[in-house]
Amino acid sequence: MAELHLKSWRFRAEREADWRRLETLLAKAEAGGASRLRRDELLEMPVLYRQALSSLSVARAISLDQSLTAYLESLCTRAYFIVYGARTRLPERIARFFGRDWPLAVQALWRETLVSFVLSAVAAIVAYVLVGRDPDWFHSFVEPGLASGRDPTATTASLRDTLYHQGGANDALSVFATFLFTHNAQIALFAFALGFLLCLPTAALLVMNGGMFGAFLALFVSRGLGFEAGGWLMIHGSTELFAIILAGAAGFSIGWSVCFPGERSRVDAAAEAGRRAATAMAGVVVMLFVAGILEGFGRQLIQADLIRYAIAVASLLAWLAYFYWPRRPAP
Amino acid sequence: MSLQGVLGRFRRAPRVRKPPFDGWRELVTPEGVDLRLKVGSYAERFAALLIDYVILFGSLALFSLLALGVFWATKAQWGSEALGVVWLLGVFLGRNFYFLIFEAGPRAATPGKRSMGLRVAAADGGRLTADMVFARNAMREVEVVLPLTFFLARGEGVDAALISLGALWSLVFVVFPLFNRDRRRLGDLVAGTMVVKAPKTVLQPDLADTQRMASQGIAFTPAQLDAYGIKELHVLEDVIRAADRRAMAEVAARIRTKIGWDGPTDLADRTFLNAYYAALRGRLESQVLFGRRRKDKFDRG
Repeated sequence: MAELHLKSWRFRAEREADWRRLETLLAKAEAGGASRLRRDELLEMPVLYRQALSSLSVARAISLDQSLTAYLESLCTRAYFIVYGARTRLPERIARFFGRDWPLAVQALWRETLVSFVLSAVAAIVAYVLVGRDPDWFHSFVEPGLASGRDPTATTASLRDTLYHQGGANDALSVFATFLFTHNAQIALFAFALGFLLCLPTAALLVMNGGMFGAFLALFVSRGLGFEAGGWLMIHGSTELFAIILAGAAGFSIGWSVCFPGERSRVDAAAEAGRRAATAMAGVVVMLFVAGILEGFGRQLIQADLIRYAIAVASLLAWLAYFYWPRRPAP
Repeated sequence: MSLQGVLGRFRRAPRVRKPPFDGWRELVTPEGVDLRLKVGSYAERFAALLIDYVILFGSLALFSLLALGVFWATKAQWGSEALGVVWLLGVFLGRNFYFLIFEAGPRAATPGKRSMGLRVAAADGGRLTADMVFARNAMREVEVVLPLTFFLARGEGVDAALISLGALWSLVFVVFPLFNRDRRRLGDLVAGTMVVKAPKTVLQPDLADTQRMASQGIAFTPAQLDAYGIKELHVLEDVIRAADRRAMAEVAARIRTKIGWDGPTDLADRTFLNAYYAALRGRLESQVLFGRRRKDKFDRG
């Protein structure tokens, strides 16, 4: 009686078992990644995927059963995303990120890094000079929430106390450090995300950040606490400011490729720059985390200025060596 | 070079008119088959976002309550400090990594997207990488948080004017997906990704089980089968699968008059429709095999 059946019916009857098999494998892989599959299942998957693809082509050509083609389309799409999806596992990906992707992404941004460093430095110098002449400028550069009492109205003694915190129990400084970390990370994300607007908001954020740094420094220098404040700021600042400068650089690279896309279309150029900058940005969050730890714990435990300076210089050198040490390009 | 030639160089290349966007996008696999992805609609994506935010803020609120509860129970000074740190870090991680972790996983979708049958895909059909996911979610800051900040900000005088200007400006990011093909938002553009429909479809039984029909002795003449084309066949398939009694009765009545049905009259509507569907599909499919696709009933080609 087989000849009474439609060709498309027979076509389906012959292949249905394979499709079902692929479906169960997909459900397994989607639930927990390809690592959930056994070795023979792993080998089976691409074969079944290609079979399903050719079934789809045939079904489109000979079958008028729309539920069948819809099913095959969905099955092939799901299989396609698994077969051609990301293949590395999380530990490998993390290792690759720290070993190669992140430093290479930062290296590729060296021009933008230089620009955002110059912007921040100029802003810091301008703020330093202005606050040095007239302490009222301080309030234009520093948000009151971040100053937390360290402003020109404070006495020299209380300013000195903020630099050498003696581990009193009635103070939530580690909370404050965590707050600073999340605050800085949000600022860095903004500097990155706003970059595509032709770089302007990123530049503004960098100038504000640099200005704040300069104003703080000027305040402490005017009380004769310049050297001490430098150690207090830089123990984590060398990491943190570097991170924010890198975030600005990432934002700039996107804005720049939107302005001057070259041979490619603007969208393609932005997408390419965006992906590279995103890798650098993921690293920036890591750097800010390190800075937060240095700030919250290192600064509380280490009270000597010279050691603070030593840690600041050492961490800066470590970051520079890590990022800019020549690496072979990816094979 | 003549003036015409010089001018010709600066003239814009003639614009290639793209066909109007119909919500589908081609995605050709390395094997050369076009998978035809459906781009996620605005409503679905918005619903997915809402679900995600409900989950995110719900769990953050729960987390905060838990932290408060622990604080209230211990009342220790060190406890409050550690709790503060944990709470701040938890909120930060949740806010920034909720989307990242889910979209970098094997399903490439947050719970909200999954419930709407959506997933993230690379726009060029290639592999979706972690840095793409990071980029598209870092841009969320600008697309969601910035407009919200402006809309929730309060000020007077010049401040109010500035805030309303900022709100207008940030609105550009919100409505951005309305003005491009593939409905990509800014983060999608920067990351080179898009959100597509990837529903799980269940394989339904084949309606053209001709063996059963033949045993019931229902047969149609070629003239009766020539009444309809592929479009009508697909509508008929939908009607039978929906299995709505009244719709089936109405459709069966129409088909009976159209083809001048003179067979048994006591046939159930469903049986009749099934039989006609199978016979029509058989006829149209054999025509397809001979290279003729009859689009609809008006196609007399």
